Amino acid sequence: MPQLKESPSQTAGPYVHIGCTPQMAGLEARAMGPQLGERMVLGSPTGDRITLDLHVFDGAGDAVTDALIEIWQPTPQGQFTGDDQFCNWGRQATDLTSGQAVFQTLKPGAPVGQAPHILVWIVARGIGLGLTTRIYFPDEDNADDPVLALAGDRAATLIARKTAGGYAHAVHLQGPSETVFFDV
Amino acid sequence: MDDTPFAPRDFSVHPPPLWPDYRSTHLRAPQQPLLQMPQTQTEMTGPTFGHAALGPLDSDLIVNYAAAGQSAQGPRILVHGKLLDGQGRAVPGKLIEVWQANAGGRYRHVNDGYLAPLDDNFGGCGRCITAPDGSFAFRTVQPGPYPWPNGGNDWRPAHIHFSVFGDGFAQRLITQMYFEGDPHIARCPIAQSIPDAAALDRLVARLDMDRTVAMDIRAYRFDIVLRGRQATVFENKPQGT
Repeated sequence: MPQLKESPSQTAGPYVHIGCTPQMAGLEARAMGPQLGERMVLGSPTGDRITLDLHVFDGAGDAVTDALIEIWQPTPQGQFTGDDQFCNWGRQATDLTSGQAVFQTLKPGAPVGQAPHILVWIVARGIGLGLTTRIYFPDEDNADDPVLALAGDRAATLIARKTAGGYAHAVHLQGPSETVFFDV
Repeated sequence: MDDTPFAPRDFSVHPPPLWPDYRSTHLRAPQQPLLQMPQTQTEMTGPTFGHAALGPLDSDLIVNYAAAGQSAQGPRILVHGKLLDGQGRAVPGKLIEVWQANAGGRYRHVNDGYLAPLDDNFGGCGRCITAPDGSFAFRTVQPGPYPWPNGGNDWRPAHIHFSVFGDGFAQRLITQMYFEGDPHIARCPIAQSIPDAAALDRLVARLDMDRTVAMDIRAYRFDIVLRGRQATVFENKPQGT
């Protein structure tokens, strides 16, 4: 079989919203299907509803206001197959002013051999190849998670903070508290 | 589901995090190396999309934002190609999303204030799902080059952004398609951040006269390759490896 090299990645640029979150770009009037990934909780699924409040910060400590964030997570039962009640995939752009991205989702369960977690994928202007990181939970037993263990003394950069309605997490692209990003 | 892990990513075809000539990387490039990890079920899986998620005109940017009976301004083009994996196999049933500036180089976006005017009949957003043979096609207008703030007199080559899903999140890819013969490609720090000239050339679409329709629309061919899987483990391979 031939071995083909992967197509090179290029930055999503500052106008990623047009293609991926069109309503945010001001394309409400377009005659197209719905914005994909906007809603994860589609019906009345079993599980704990949480608000996941994300920010991405650059090396100067400023919120990144033109990032696109996708998340991929197990169901509360630890499965990666959703149904008509819940979609395991979500997509939000960071707010064009505040930089905040909010996901309404369900608290993930533990997949086999791992602690509950959410995969986070970030693209933006100035990011040439999408960045992959994870979010773990402060109120779960993470001791035996094989991926979190690899992060060593930087593991804290992967653990969210509990809030009244769910969890909040800050991703730092650079600097002393730089988040761990993975070569998957 | 194919349980074969994805082959390790070949970073020689991708832009490095920090590329000094591309100013926006300065404060956004991680300074620590990526942490290598084994693939788990999380990265081996990913979302799937059905045709029901899309509207009937989603792959036709010439008319999908236009008023009834009207169409977008600019050179009419058909962009088509195949989505392949690292083994050269067609990848069917995957979502491809595109976005682009209009023929004058202006994006329909609240943050784009370029002098070139908006086109009332062009939005710049398209989507499709790859066919059983991995093929995809969009009708659109050729985008214009445009200036961008990078510290100097910088112009982006004409390009179309592509977002592509694979079987697993480890294959997730965003890239840009350029046009054969564009002199801005060699001058663009974003395109030139790709370390391998042969790899960059694979992002350059070719004029395809075979699919060009006389008196109607020119065609450009653009194939996309997703990260492949590891070589098959043969039965005679020692166990435990």
